[in-house]
Amino acid sequence: MAQIPESLQKVRFYQTGTLTVGNRLLDAEHRSVQATLDRSNSLDSGHRACQGCGEALGARFAIDAAMRATDNRLIAANATGCLEVFTTPYPETAWSVPWIHSLFGNAAAVGAGIAAAMKAKGRKDVRVIAQGGDGGTTDIGFGCLSGMFDRNDDVLYICYNNEAYMNTGVQRSSATPGAARTATTMPVGKDPGNAFNTGKSVPLIAMAHLIPYVATASVHDLHDLEHKVTKAMGVRGSRYIEIFVPCPLGWGSKPSDTVKIARLAVECGLFPLIEAEHGEITGVTKIRSKTPVADYLKLQRRFAHVLKPDNAHQLEQLQAIADRNISRFNLVDDQGGQE
Amino acid sequence: MFQVRIHGRGGQGVVSAAEMLSIAAFEEGKHSQAVPSFGSERMGAPVVAYVRIDDKEIELREPVLEPDLLIVQDPTLFTAIDVFAGLRDDGYVLINTRKTAEELGIGEATQRLPEGHVATVAATELAMRHLKRPTPNTVLLGAFTAMNDIVKLESVFKAIQKKFPGKIGEMNVTAAQAAHDVAAAD
Amino acid sequence: MLKQVEGSHAVAEAVALCRPEVISAYPITPQTHIVEDLGTMVKAGGIENCEFLLVESEFGALSACIGSSAAGARSYTATSSQGMLFMMEAVYNASGMGLPIVMTVGNRAIGAPINIWNDWGDAMSARDAGWIQLFVESNQQAVDVHIQAFKLAEQLSLPVMVCMDGFILTHSYSRVDIPEQEQVDAFLPAFEPRQVLDPAVPVSMGAMVGPEAFTEVRYLAHHKQMEALELIPEQAAAFQQIFGRDSGGLTKSFECEGAETVVVTMGSVIGTMKEVLAGMRADGISIGALAVRSFRPFPKDTLRACLQNAKRVIVFEKCLAVGMGGILAMNLRMALKDFPIRVHSAIGGLGGRPITRANLRRMFEKGIRDEMEEPHFHDIQMDIVERELERERAQRRSGSIAENILQDVGVVAAAKTI
Repeated sequence: MAQIPESLQKVRFYQTGTLTVGNRLLDAEHRSVQATLDRSNSLDSGHRACQGCGEALGARFAIDAAMRATDNRLIAANATGCLEVFTTPYPETAWSVPWIHSLFGNAAAVGAGIAAAMKAKGRKDVRVIAQGGDGGTTDIGFGCLSGMFDRNDDVLYICYNNEAYMNTGVQRSSATPGAARTATTMPVGKDPGNAFNTGKSVPLIAMAHLIPYVATASVHDLHDLEHKVTKAMGVRGSRYIEIFVPCPLGWGSKPSDTVKIARLAVECGLFPLIEAEHGEITGVTKIRSKTPVADYLKLQRRFAHVLKPDNAHQLEQLQAIADRNISRFNLVDDQGGQE
Repeated sequence: MFQVRIHGRGGQGVVSAAEMLSIAAFEEGKHSQAVPSFGSERMGAPVVAYVRIDDKEIELREPVLEPDLLIVQDPTLFTAIDVFAGLRDDGYVLINTRKTAEELGIGEATQRLPEGHVATVAATELAMRHLKRPTPNTVLLGAFTAMNDIVKLESVFKAIQKKFPGKIGEMNVTAAQAAHDVAAAD
Repeated sequence: MLKQVEGSHAVAEAVALCRPEVISAYPITPQTHIVEDLGTMVKAGGIENCEFLLVESEFGALSACIGSSAAGARSYTATSSQGMLFMMEAVYNASGMGLPIVMTVGNRAIGAPINIWNDWGDAMSARDAGWIQLFVESNQQAVDVHIQAFKLAEQLSLPVMVCMDGFILTHSYSRVDIPEQEQVDAFLPAFEPRQVLDPAVPVSMGAMVGPEAFTEVRYLAHHKQMEALELIPEQAAAFQQIFGRDSGGLTKSFECEGAETVVVTMGSVIGTMKEVLAGMRADGISIGALAVRSFRPFPKDTLRACLQNAKRVIVFEKCLAVGMGGILAMNLRMALKDFPIRVHSAIGGLGGRPITRANLRRMFEKGIRDEMEEPHFHDIQMDIVERELERERAQRRSGSIAENILQDVGVVAAAKTI
């Protein structure tokens, strides 16, 4: 067996100042791990993600945390999609973990196969992550994902949810919210944009499989994201984390607004941050200052038509979904929540 | 080569019967082939299985079209399909029934066969008595060994015990012995 | 050790002897008994260090093998028919990535109309997928060729399908010599992958390749298959050394040398044919047979060498390229294009239609008279076909072809399917 390299690799910083990765001006004990010069570094610089890509941010923090949690004994399976394409056209790769891309719809099954191989080889120390976007998770990869949950394979599946098929040119997925504009749900006719269907919450579906751990996270709260990934890696069996990752290209938002939009999605109630163990909710992140959904929508061109008077009913529908999330998951404390 | 066609219905152990007969022949150092001809797994549907027994390797893959032996596990099949199709003039017929060939309306079809080549055994009743289940397959195999010397009763016992190790095998062996005794007495 | 066992069980025992590390399973008739038996063996501790995954689909089954094989584990699965189509994306992916997975195909027809019986529609749907495809004639060969398949796959870094006729082989009991573990260990070394997912040496696998490299990648896939043309006979010879049996190889001659007419086919039907051809030779007809055992790679040179002196070839196959004709025949004509040999194409046994000595002899005699239509549909009921065509001419809403045909042949006759 070859030597496992040092878990922490040197990272190159190209910028300095308080707004760069982490806050290195803080006292050492308060700093983010990401601020240290010898932090783990799953996803190296030089990849081809768009400016302001929420998925690149989310993936790096998630896989970095997983690397630390496993002392680098980590293998990742990746569904087809933006993350796959922007990190790895041959002969280049941004990954510093062993990584495999097979197909669009099979990341969970490939991950399960890797986990089975590790078990057969007596390498239970090597842990497995399968990851994909919302299309590869909630749509085409859903069968394999459910199979992985059902078998309780020792795999953490991470879904980077940017609410549409971005790699193919922004088409609707089952994670696309009502009224949103995509290339297949254009804002034309009556009820412009995506239809308000019944919705498909994969975190809740994952919970219904009674797997050991389910969580949602957002790129606006990276400490929370790291905490959840670390917690997930401390558990055996199937785990699912869905990370909210704004897509400036697909959403028509400013690259500089990615983190802000992610925060607003959570603060307005449209993307609740929850944790669940064995099918029971064990924690929710309370909304610190409740925000109207319009504040979240107005930063994104995909919802531009929703804010027009003619489509006030769509705004109401989106607000109703947010309100239902808030009451369903008790996201606002009676005294703490502010209107 | 000795060719067998077993007719019955899904749930009666037609395929298992063919397999056990082939194992019995194997136990005697012979080559044997058992092939089912069934479709989806469905209780009650007509099922056919084939067995070939020979001293040399059997590579023939066609269905048994000219059987030397017909085992009919369910006599209601006589009115449903042409059970006798291709039966050789010197062939054997073994039927799970209490009735006579005439009562079953197959007197004409069996008349041409040599003396002693047609046997009837109330196999389901024997199965119910010994196995508490209406599966006449092992019972009929036991009866078959009384009709000629293609395979020995002891070989059928071995095959049964291979297929159903333990108590169930023992019960089936007892049932097969009883059927052999009934058939031998006839 | 000699055993009287079901073909599926024999294959399961052979696979177990190959020390698989990951087996994924999804049920589909007629392959299912193989993975059922393997599952029992793994659970009972009969296969050391082996994980058995019960997956949610064939797509998941092969995908799990892709993951496990990429992680360096000897991986196995099995499928049939619709299952092959359902996993097809992964079929191409596995070979593209050079993952030496071994998969049994219990050959079965593809619907609609749904049909669970034997033909080669499933294997043929994957003939261009980059897998090595080996066809077996008996359950003994199925055992032997699976053992060879793992070695071949791992040596070439290519996946291998072992194709065995559904029901006819998978569900038939016959005498099979199951090798000893020591023999298999002597033949089959441990799996040493060319590339592996290992945290100690991180690599990225399965990334994108553009027009600047794709042609060369594809060429090398083809080149590897051409290398297999050398390796397959070598391994068959090495196998014979240890196990004492002639199994595998590219082709197998059944007295085709010097024969005026040679029947070319694959799979288990050769067993029935051998008897027919022996009878015809006894009647003074110069006829032999050649079984193609490796369909991919297609052994063009070997076939040319075997068939160059024949006057005519009758290709019999259980598959149809709709709109074109016989698939094996097409391949063979390509191999024989420089020789003045008549190649007749006969298609039969579709969806489990019995192939009998009697109807084979009639067909061969027609072929010898060079009176075969192109392609020739063996044992077809043309009167039934004509009735349906007439119905379609007569009325627009003529209904389901499949249902109409069954009405015409008679429901009782259909239920018999002896």
